[in-house]
Amino acid sequence: MNAPIRDRYPLAYTLYPYRKSADQDGAAIARHPVVIAGGGAIGLATALDLGLRGHPVVVLDDHEGVGTGSRAICFSKRTLEICHRLGAGQAMLDKGVVWQKGRVFHDRDEIFEFDLLPEDGHRYPAFINLSQIHFEKFLHEAIERANAEGAQIEVRGKNRVDAVTAHDDHVTLEVMTPDGPYTIEADWLIACDGARSPIRDMMGLGFEGRVFEDNFLIADVKMTADFPTERWFWFEPWFKSGASALLHKQPDDIWRIDFQLGWDIDRDKELKEESIRARVDAMLGPDVGYELDWCSIYTFQCRRMEKFTHGRVLFAGDSAHQVSPFGARGANSGIQDAENLAWRLDLVLRGRAADTIMDGYDHERVMAADENILNSTRSTDFLTPKSAISHTFRNAVLDLASRFPFARPMVNSGRLSVPCIYDDLPGFGPDVLGGPARSRAGAPCPDAPLGDGFLLDDLGRGFTLLGLNTAVPAQIDCEGLTVEGREIAAKGILAERYLGDAPTAVYLIRPDHHVVARWPAYDAQAVAAALRMALGES
Amino acid sequence: MLNVTPNLSNPDAFYEALIRSHEGLSDAQSAAFNARLILILANQIGDLPTLLEALEAARTSG
Repeated sequence: MNAPIRDRYPLAYTLYPYRKSADQDGAAIARHPVVIAGGGAIGLATALDLGLRGHPVVVLDDHEGVGTGSRAICFSKRTLEICHRLGAGQAMLDKGVVWQKGRVFHDRDEIFEFDLLPEDGHRYPAFINLSQIHFEKFLHEAIERANAEGAQIEVRGKNRVDAVTAHDDHVTLEVMTPDGPYTIEADWLIACDGARSPIRDMMGLGFEGRVFEDNFLIADVKMTADFPTERWFWFEPWFKSGASALLHKQPDDIWRIDFQLGWDIDRDKELKEESIRARVDAMLGPDVGYELDWCSIYTFQCRRMEKFTHGRVLFAGDSAHQVSPFGARGANSGIQDAENLAWRLDLVLRGRAADTIMDGYDHERVMAADENILNSTRSTDFLTPKSAISHTFRNAVLDLASRFPFARPMVNSGRLSVPCIYDDLPGFGPDVLGGPARSRAGAPCPDAPLGDGFLLDDLGRGFTLLGLNTAVPAQIDCEGLTVEGREIAAKGILAERYLGDAPTAVYLIRPDHHVVARWPAYDAQAVAAALRMALGES
Repeated sequence: MLNVTPNLSNPDAFYEALIRSHEGLSDAQSAAFNARLILILANQIGDLPTLLEALEAARTSG
């Protein structure tokens, strides 16, 4: 390419201004263990996770900070739990708008309301709303804190990857900067460069899927309003601003509004301020004053790469998979990619696992992407019926739902992100406890109160062996790894979520807090065998 | 398991009631009525494999 560096979008915050790196002047080409392309949410989270595990990381971003536009707004409990481990969760929670209730309307009628987390005993709520701008800013602040404590995470602004050559054991990158191009090498390249991933294109890799024939107008408006902190969704709203509409609160008096516009639209006309205001006015009424903060029109698309691992190049987040919104399954699944990838790559970089451990990343996150795409596709089919009969059935569900409870579970205004449970994939099991389904092998650990804090705080950065009401060794050295043992007197909510009717349990838990296996009692050989499975060695 | 043996307690009375329910409805209203009826009956059956068998039976009988 070799085109000069130009901003593709305006910045909300300059976080990592361009600085010339020593790599640009060196006589020899610099080699880095990990280079991450893209400084968005997924790139920053991956860099932070690997940096906190002691690895030097270079992040290349073609901008100097976080772009405007709130884009993703709903961040799930699982994402917050991951960010908590990375040192950014509390700041997100403090800034974010906590919500768990939603209401669904058809025309003027409220059909029903839902509650996403009707139970206590979790550090984090089901969801917070937070602009992606702040989400990324908090991750960057956590990177700066980590660097102050010795981590080596270097985010290079205005560094654009223009060419990639993959070799068996490394990757060569041509990088453009305001001072011209330079070349670096990476043992591993992680492509977090978004849905239009230039690296995916450079490598000639496909991104197959579906485009849904509908357009959605997304408008973030700033207003002081006393609507409750709930997700309000209208099918065929009486105010006629779209075929469907969404209203959802963000921090700083910003409200997310979506309108479903249909397929044949004049994009330029719809994006004019007067067109947007006409729709928003109809929804909010003539007396509500507001400012337009950010607007965009998008189509629904569901696509994924066939494989997320290509030798020494790994794809994470939107570069690997893209889903329709309304399920909060984009950014949230990308953060789960990041943490699934980071602990594996950590073991590879430390020589504790073979490259083949990355196969598990591909299997698990492809399964998760398929689950997200399935849910997202079903939601889209309900929101945007593709035929007359499909529309008839959709409205039949809506007509029945206000009167009959049985129809309410079929109303689909988005199935909100929950983490994938890796059932039946290699690397998990055995599950011989007969314990609760929610904490079975393959599931992410449900949080639970423990002492003055929460269980997830008590799980280490590596593998953990939990002994619930039974003895486990404090430390096991196995397969070149150290597994930390924790004995816990389980009672109350923790016992409900991990023991069920079992009096005792032993859980082997991965660094990303997924359950590998569980037993009624400790057996050294069984734990070693399960650990080998988790490492992809048997 | 889809029951394809006679199970209606009064087939003629049900058929008459079904047809009468559509009297005075436009084609669109009839289609909407049928959709609501299918959803109500599907919930009564509940079991997904049985419902899938019913869908297949309907698809292959026309």
